[in-house]
Amino acid sequence: MAVIVWIVEGIWSAAIDAARTRTPQDADIVLLHITDPDTADAAHGAYAGLLGRQRPERDPGTRMKNLAATSAEQLLRAAADRLGRPCTQIQRVGRPEEHVLAAAEGADLLIVTRDGDRSHLGPKSLTPPSRFVLDHAPCPILLLWPEPAPDRRRGPVDLPPG
Amino acid sequence: MHGVVAEALSVGLLVLVLASAVARPWGLPEAVVAVPAAALLVGTGAIPLADAQAEAARLGPVIGFLAAVLVLAQLCEDEGVFQACGAWMARSASGRSKRLLVGVFVAASVITAVLSLDATVVLLTPVVFATAARLGARPKPHVFACTHLSNTASLLLPVSNLTNLLAFAASGLSFIRFAALMALPWLAAIAAEFVVFRRFFATDLAAGAEADRTARPAPEVPVFALVTLAGTLAGFAVASAAGINPAWAALTGAVVLAVRALAQRRTTPVQIGRAAAAPFLAFVLSLGIVVRAVVDNGLDGALGHLIPDGTGLPALLGLALLAAVLANLINNLPAVLVLLPLTAPSGAGAVLAVLLGVNIGPNLTYAGSLATLLWRRIVQHHDHDVDLGEFTRLALLTVPAALLLSVTALWSALHLIGT
Repeated sequence: MAVIVWIVEGIWSAAIDAARTRTPQDADIVLLHITDPDTADAAHGAYAGLLGRQRPERDPGTRMKNLAATSAEQLLRAAADRLGRPCTQIQRVGRPEEHVLAAAEGADLLIVTRDGDRSHLGPKSLTPPSRFVLDHAPCPILLLWPEPAPDRRRGPVDLPPG
Repeated sequence: MHGVVAEALSVGLLVLVLASAVARPWGLPEAVVAVPAAALLVGTGAIPLADAQAEAARLGPVIGFLAAVLVLAQLCEDEGVFQACGAWMARSASGRSKRLLVGVFVAASVITAVLSLDATVVLLTPVVFATAARLGARPKPHVFACTHLSNTASLLLPVSNLTNLLAFAASGLSFIRFAALMALPWLAAIAAEFVVFRRFFATDLAAGAEADRTARPAPEVPVFALVTLAGTLAGFAVASAAGINPAWAALTGAVVLAVRALAQRRTTPVQIGRAAAAPFLAFVLSLGIVVRAVVDNGLDGALGHLIPDGTGLPALLGLALLAAVLANLINNLPAVLVLLPLTAPSGAGAVLAVLLGVNIGPNLTYAGSLATLLWRRIVQHHDHDVDLGEFTRLALLTVPAALLLSVTALWSALHLIGT
């Protein structure tokens, strides 16, 4: 059984716990982290705006790219430690939905954690990229709340109790 | 030299200087093109030698001031000011992304104001990114806040931005009056950014963060550097009140930190010299002479009728808008060099309105300015498509709001305090 676990900052531990408890021991688990290049690009851009002061070795965008790679590595290592099973770690840079969908091709299960506003039930609990993944993934998806789901009476529309 | 020919030559050389500053062929310093261009204009008589000398005499102290601030910022980095800032932001966030954003806004606004926008872009932004990553917070709102505030929060002091130093010299204001007049616009622009950021990035900020899990000890607070910085700020006020050029206060602060760093063998004279960025200073001086030639040979007449008269609210808004557009077309440094001689006769209020435009405006286009050229250069350097959509949507919300609020605040400050 091929399982893809989408690792996202701040909310990944729920996905790892689900992978550990809800997949067979011999499952082929892939931990996937995607770095959004927008932040490093913004720093590149701001630096390029400093007309006349650019020295390639001082470009903060390049430093951030390296920092992002290190941080993704550490995140994946922490996730693998928590999983405590053999697994494959994959790091990608780019649009998250594209890389997740590419990885999900041929997989038996994709584990996704709600990454939006988690204070209320409802569609805003997913960001547009994860919404896109949900709508376009070719395989079954396990969709998790990173922590116990909020009270269902606090949904976008107040539901009657019970 | 005939006026039209001189203007054509000046404009051609300005375009060449700006294009090579952006493209930096063979990685050459910007000054390699700018210095000969200025020399050519003087040599051909497109700008009289006396005018070029006057421009150099005007820019010289400004450039010295800038060099001192650049060195000061680098020595603060060596002393660990920015690392300590990261630790403070992480602690004050206490595991909440929204609180981290508040910390980032405070740090970026203060550092930009005191140590200039270069310090925020080059030294603070990577620290903010690393802090967000360590807390498991999504870095985008925090990093974008840094890049936006490096422009928007550079309104407060003459040292916050090279454009301010140039305008400060042209405005005839004292350091204290400059800061007093710009305090309200500075706060208004930052507040506008904050409100937009909180709404625009609501989802990313709601995703939360964790308390700092790394067990590493907090870095030591760099007391010496902070006290020196505070002393430098006080020095600006004292020098200004005593009628001395505040550049001396910046120089003193830089010397104090440099002597300590040299004594402790943490830096070398070469490294300090490199922080002063001599080729950049030569570039600014040459750019100033080239722009002066462009303005004197005919641009003043052509742009003159676009410059609104007076210092009423509509005139100030018009000036800020014109400056913002120009800053996006040709970068804010040449934009402010072009607009200062045209607006200085209208008084300090008009000069400050131009500053609001050239400082806030660059947030509108990705990379701040020279939109197309820079854009190509960025794309060439990357192995992926650059997504402009989100950046531009954010800019379209923040820039008009920050401009409108800060110009209104400036207009109020001019009435309350006067020039």
